[in-house]
Amino acid sequence: MSKNNGEYLIIRNDNKYEVIIGLEVHAQVLSESKLFSTSSTKFGSEPNTQVSLVDAAFPGMLPVINEHCIKQAVKTGIGLKAKINKRSIFDRKNYFYADLPQGYQISQYKDPIVGEGSVTLDMPNGEKNIGIERLHLEQDAGKSIHDIDPQNTLVDLNRSGVALMEIVSKPDLRSLDEVNAYIKKLRSIMRYLGTCDGNMQEGSLRADVNVSVRKKGDKKLGTRCEIKNVNSIKFMQMAIDFEANRQVDIIEEGGSIDQETRLFDTKKNETRSMRSKEDAHDYRYFPDPDLLPLELNDNYIDQIKKNIPELPDEKKKRFIEKFKLSPYEANILVSDIEISKYFEEVSKNSDVKLATNWITGELFALLNEKNIEITESPISSKNLSKLINLIKDGTISGKIAKSVFEIMRDGDKDPITIVEEKGLKQQSDPKELENLINKVIIENPKNVEAYKSGKDKLFGFFVGQVMKNSNGKANPKLVNEILKKKLN
Amino acid sequence: MMSNITDLKLVELVDKIKKKELSSSEVTIAFIERSKKSKKLNAYISENYENAIKKAKIFDQKPDFKKKLPGIPIAVKDLFCTKNIRTTAGSKILENFVPTYESTVTQNILDEGGIVIGKLNCDEFAMGSSNETSYFGNVQNPVSENLVPGGSSGGSSSAIAAKLTPATIGTDTGGSIRQPASFTGTVGLKPTYGSCSRYGIVAFASSLDQAGPMTHDVKDCSLMLEIMSTYDTKDSTSVDFKRENYLTNLNENIKGKKIGIPKEYRVDGMPKEIDELWEKGIKIIKENGGQIIEISLPNTNYALPTYYIVAPAEASSNLARYDGVKYGFRSKGENLIDMYEKTRSEGFGDEVKRRIMIGTYVLSSGYYDAYYLKAQKVRRLIKNDFDEAYKKVDAILTPSTPSSAFKIGEKLNDPVSMYLNDIFTVPINLAGLPAISIPAGHDKKGYPLGLQVIGKAFDEQSILNIAFALEKNISFKNNITDWWIK
Repeated sequence: MSKNNGEYLIIRNDNKYEVIIGLEVHAQVLSESKLFSTSSTKFGSEPNTQVSLVDAAFPGMLPVINEHCIKQAVKTGIGLKAKINKRSIFDRKNYFYADLPQGYQISQYKDPIVGEGSVTLDMPNGEKNIGIERLHLEQDAGKSIHDIDPQNTLVDLNRSGVALMEIVSKPDLRSLDEVNAYIKKLRSIMRYLGTCDGNMQEGSLRADVNVSVRKKGDKKLGTRCEIKNVNSIKFMQMAIDFEANRQVDIIEEGGSIDQETRLFDTKKNETRSMRSKEDAHDYRYFPDPDLLPLELNDNYIDQIKKNIPELPDEKKKRFIEKFKLSPYEANILVSDIEISKYFEEVSKNSDVKLATNWITGELFALLNEKNIEITESPISSKNLSKLINLIKDGTISGKIAKSVFEIMRDGDKDPITIVEEKGLKQQSDPKELENLINKVIIENPKNVEAYKSGKDKLFGFFVGQVMKNSNGKANPKLVNEILKKKLN
Repeated sequence: MMSNITDLKLVELVDKIKKKELSSSEVTIAFIERSKKSKKLNAYISENYENAIKKAKIFDQKPDFKKKLPGIPIAVKDLFCTKNIRTTAGSKILENFVPTYESTVTQNILDEGGIVIGKLNCDEFAMGSSNETSYFGNVQNPVSENLVPGGSSGGSSSAIAAKLTPATIGTDTGGSIRQPASFTGTVGLKPTYGSCSRYGIVAFASSLDQAGPMTHDVKDCSLMLEIMSTYDTKDSTSVDFKRENYLTNLNENIKGKKIGIPKEYRVDGMPKEIDELWEKGIKIIKENGGQIIEISLPNTNYALPTYYIVAPAEASSNLARYDGVKYGFRSKGENLIDMYEKTRSEGFGDEVKRRIMIGTYVLSSGYYDAYYLKAQKVRRLIKNDFDEAYKKVDAILTPSTPSSAFKIGEKLNDPVSMYLNDIFTVPINLAGLPAISIPAGHDKKGYPLGLQVIGKAFDEQSILNIAFALEKNISFKNNITDWWIK
């Protein structure tokens, strides 16, 4: 494998292979209730406690579209700069499985709700656009549990009927880094929109990965394999790496790739054949006669468009222009909606530059150390902005601020109170500082002489002594100024 | 006298209960007693007699005469899910299924004071034209021994004709209300698709299924439709249109009404009696000031093949849920696939399996375009035919069936001949239109024959009025001799 110029190539016997990747991301729609029933979608409830008669496919039960899920799909489509289809159709995808109560999944096949769009990735070499083929709505299946009862498979239908958005990318991804950036960007956009919580541990975001390889320079796409249901970015990358190398090995040995569906074994770190093209299911798609075609009018779409919040790309642009942040800083701050919210709250009432540095520096270090999200930050945005203001107005030095921060992290204490209680206020009275400085000069006559004879480096020694004698509270800027006057 | 009670029509019974000339208990017990004596007809799959009598007594203690069915007993087709009453759809696979919920249509009946006395036999999953595909056995047509009552609502037609219930309800996917009504000398109406909610009705073919009333006469039919037809948000295909007070608005004035006679319905080999019956209907229309207009429905010939693609396709998918996993019959298997195969092989009858196979075939990749997609296009053409015709006419008059009732077993081994029975009714389901079958005469064997009035979408009132005028002039009398009661 080589990563020169950010390129991801597999090299065998002087042949360079390019890896072509397309993703089908299944994102759970953020919604209180399911796509066609009123059952709750809450994660982690007791098995089979969130199952309506519709979800369990009792005789005579009929699906009724949850309008909220439609709105969420349209929103997401707009976030993907995609075409919203004013007429879409729900189809039945027919197959038998124990956790599929209807014997078919209601999905959108020929006429999805959202058409072509694109997602912009910020890669080290610059921006790259990844095409979106389509987004469609579908029902999730239930869960078959094979490892509780030795004789039987148990079925939990809590997830049955939960709304998913399947977001299909074009085969535009070329590296593991791009896959990482793509998933993160998709997740970020949906979290900004509030259409998917993007929680991969809870299965809110999973993907089927299509992988093929071709010799660099070839125009024709190679035969692809689809790796089903991979549920973390790390596993996606591992699966792609294994699969691409497997395909290259076959080609190098003179073989050809069979189009098939494969499974990724996370324990053995390998993909395994699940079924070949010949064994592929015939899903017998046809329009669900229980549901009318979904018709959206312009007014409906416009109303949603009007209420779309600022998305990461636009926010980044604004941060750079308005706050003069570097693209790198802006990227970090807009990557997650909660981080950007926190940043905007802090910078609203305090210095932007300091806010950027404190959030990306001290605060992120703290969050990393505790392994928590910014929403769980022990330091509120309000108190962080107060701390920054204390630095800005000279009440405390940056160094003191760090010790105040250390106190704040245990219980979100008001930094003003901390500074007062601990007497950490910076000494900025020139007379007091002069006294401190005079004392240091008197106590160190030899060093004064040495300095005056040209040992400039000793200046730092005097500053240090003053700071030490003031218990770190002396205003370093003023100390510098006065000291310079005194010594020269 | 008990026997007199069951001779009364629905509207008469309602009137007598409201006037306190009869109590709900008296009426309920009378129909139950007659039902008990009529086991030979095999019209019922499940009886709810004790419970019904209890409910009648409760009604009598605190009667509410504002209701449209004040304490009226009623037996319903076993395709409607009824809370706490076994619902089988005529299938072994649902032999022990007891719903925890009520279909919208039966709920509407309960809300108006109706009392369910039992569940009526039908073809398995409503697939059949003679009630011979029911897991629970054949139903006898009260007209004559060993005669089929039609299907799939054969239990319903038998029960209403034999006066085991003052009115009943059926479902009609390709003629399953109108054909059995025609075979038993009773009235049956299939409303416009979207008029009656499908919520809680065991699905056969979702884009065609409609519930409707089966009664002694047009008046009773109007009252039942008024109760059954409601807009229901639980059914996405339910339509929110202005529903009439069908009974109050019922009148026999058809002066100036333009009635179409489609030439394509004059099929080869149709018995002479049916032609004569049709002529009789035409004559009555003319005599009552209606205008007869020859029309053409050019795609009529394609209706049956289209229907036998669309309906099985939907059925093959609708019936996938009966897999032994969640409810209903389950056979033991070595593994999941084996369990599915055994459950469905043993749980479904031959006709159901035949249609699942047809449906699976026409939806398969490589065949979908040639069958299902083509059928959908033809279906559109058939609907267009009616749209064209309705530019010229207000309603259409045809025979209900191409023959009278046949003997039990006569067509059982000849599915195509059985399917041909629905040739006049199927196009109406494909077009989603309302149609009513009323008894209009007898053939030379003395078996009843029906005429069908087809209306514009959501214009049930017009076909009820036309049927009402025909009924008055025909004064049909059913020659039923209670032969099954010893």
